[in-house]
Amino acid sequence: MIQFQNVIKRFRRHEVLKGVNLTIDRGHRVALVGSNGAGKTTLIRCLLGEYTCEGVVAVDNLVPREHRREVLSKVGFVPQLPPPLKMPVGQLIKFAASVCDSNPQRMADVATRLGLDTERFKNQPFVKLSGGQKQKLLIAIALGRDSELLVMDEPAANLDPEARHIFFGLLAEKKNEAAMIISSHRLDEVASLVNRVIEMDQGQVVLDDRVADLVELSSRLGCCVRLIRSEAPFAKAIGEWGFKGSDDGKEWRGYVAGPDRLRFLGVLSRYAALLSSIDMSEAEELRSPEAALND
Amino acid sequence: MKHLWLTAYADIIESLRARWFMIYTLVFGGLVVVLFAYGLAESRIMGFTGLSRLLLTYIQLSMAILPVFVLITTVRSVAGDREAGVFEYLLSLPISLAAWFWGKIFGRFLVVFAPVLLAMVGAVIWGTVKGVDVPWDLFVYYTGLLMALAWCFLGIGMLISTMARSSDVAQGAAFVVWLTLLLFLDLILLGILIQEHLPAETAVAISLINPMQVFRTATMMLFDPQLVLLGPSAYVILDTFGQSGYILYALFYPIFVGTACAATGFFIFKRSDLP
Repeated sequence: MIQFQNVIKRFRRHEVLKGVNLTIDRGHRVALVGSNGAGKTTLIRCLLGEYTCEGVVAVDNLVPREHRREVLSKVGFVPQLPPPLKMPVGQLIKFAASVCDSNPQRMADVATRLGLDTERFKNQPFVKLSGGQKQKLLIAIALGRDSELLVMDEPAANLDPEARHIFFGLLAEKKNEAAMIISSHRLDEVASLVNRVIEMDQGQVVLDDRVADLVELSSRLGCCVRLIRSEAPFAKAIGEWGFKGSDDGKEWRGYVAGPDRLRFLGVLSRYAALLSSIDMSEAEELRSPEAALND
Repeated sequence: MKHLWLTAYADIIESLRARWFMIYTLVFGGLVVVLFAYGLAESRIMGFTGLSRLLLTYIQLSMAILPVFVLITTVRSVAGDREAGVFEYLLSLPISLAAWFWGKIFGRFLVVFAPVLLAMVGAVIWGTVKGVDVPWDLFVYYTGLLMALAWCFLGIGMLISTMARSSDVAQGAAFVVWLTLLLFLDLILLGILIQEHLPAETAVAISLINPMQVFRTATMMLFDPQLVLLGPSAYVILDTFGQSGYILYALFYPIFVGTACAATGFFIFKRSDLP
């Protein structure tokens, strides 16, 4: 579906992409990782036809720069930094839906699923929303239309755990029909979402690996964490994941989205000395964490 | 076409909420209020009185303010939007570059011209309420001249925005352009050029390629048809164009300059990196 052939991008004398060769097919969920300055954003901008470059960039054999409308009508894009748009939320949705030939209600529905009531914020300027609300709206615009390629730059960074779970579920609905490129500085942020990892360093692809695709994107884990003593910093950290604590603050129960398990364990690892036990098991949507754990 | 108007509409919505637009509107609205407050509508200079006098003063002030306002606000907001990532996001949507660029220009034109026009309309309404005669020919002619001037500097602003990669550079370049054109308004400078044996026709040609001078001369022509105030250069202008010819030139030349600059800007925009 996507081809990069010997793609070179220079800014004056500085070569940012040094002959990138890649092929990405439908069904591939790619983690594009690398440190700052590795060339991830430049590669994405070449793919979106925003940068001119040497070599060939093609989406379904169409060059994005020359066939902007045909190519970009297939692409849903979520930037890392939300643009400081002053237009109201309702206007932004209408604008995006009109240029993408989509239905504004479809985008609004996705936003509602993510926990953002667009009707309530329709007259509020986009730039005045919180970081999480902006991210939810941009995701809703990208997913609330027919797209065959999703390009997302740190898409879940500002989302709360519940919204992350719903976001992963939305990605799961698209996983067979679309290719996904998820850019991140850290692999652990996106590892469970993808089935392929591409690492870039100084403008070159240094790793291109397929990874086991065992985690169901829409899955959920019931989780119980027990501590040897209660600690306020731990309570704050796990509270952000929506966990509820026992009266003595030593037992915490809640849900973790399947693809978030690595990230969650990363948070727990910071309090390793406090942990007495951790139970995690696959949970169904309507069951309580207690029931899932008692099975 | 649909995407062009959508982009224009989006740009209008963005601009209406921007701080620069509020200041811009206040300046032009405020000008008319101040002119009324100081009784310009009742004063009499060179046979001009009432609304004619007010519109005359307003357009002279507009010539000083409009170009620099249009230039600075255009380059600041366009180059600023690019720096802030607005282009990166909006240009990831399936809009053609032509629809985006020209839509932005049309939207911006309405935004920069509306306050100027509304201030004039306000003056006319106020004059009508007060029972003053409305000089409709003057009103239509000045509206046309202001439209041409706004379009001209909008085109120059868009060209600068596409060439400069940062808003600071764009702002600096816009200021230099404005200052250069302002400098060539100076009759003393033109006098020195003639003193240095520059042919008079060349000096007049320099002033005739300067859209600000073209505008200024055209506004003079209404109350001074023989351009006595201009001195000997009036002969060259009137011999070359005639009175009606010059009025047409003053209306179409700035539009041509603005369109040529905008088209060059679009050509550069299409071939360069977008964000």
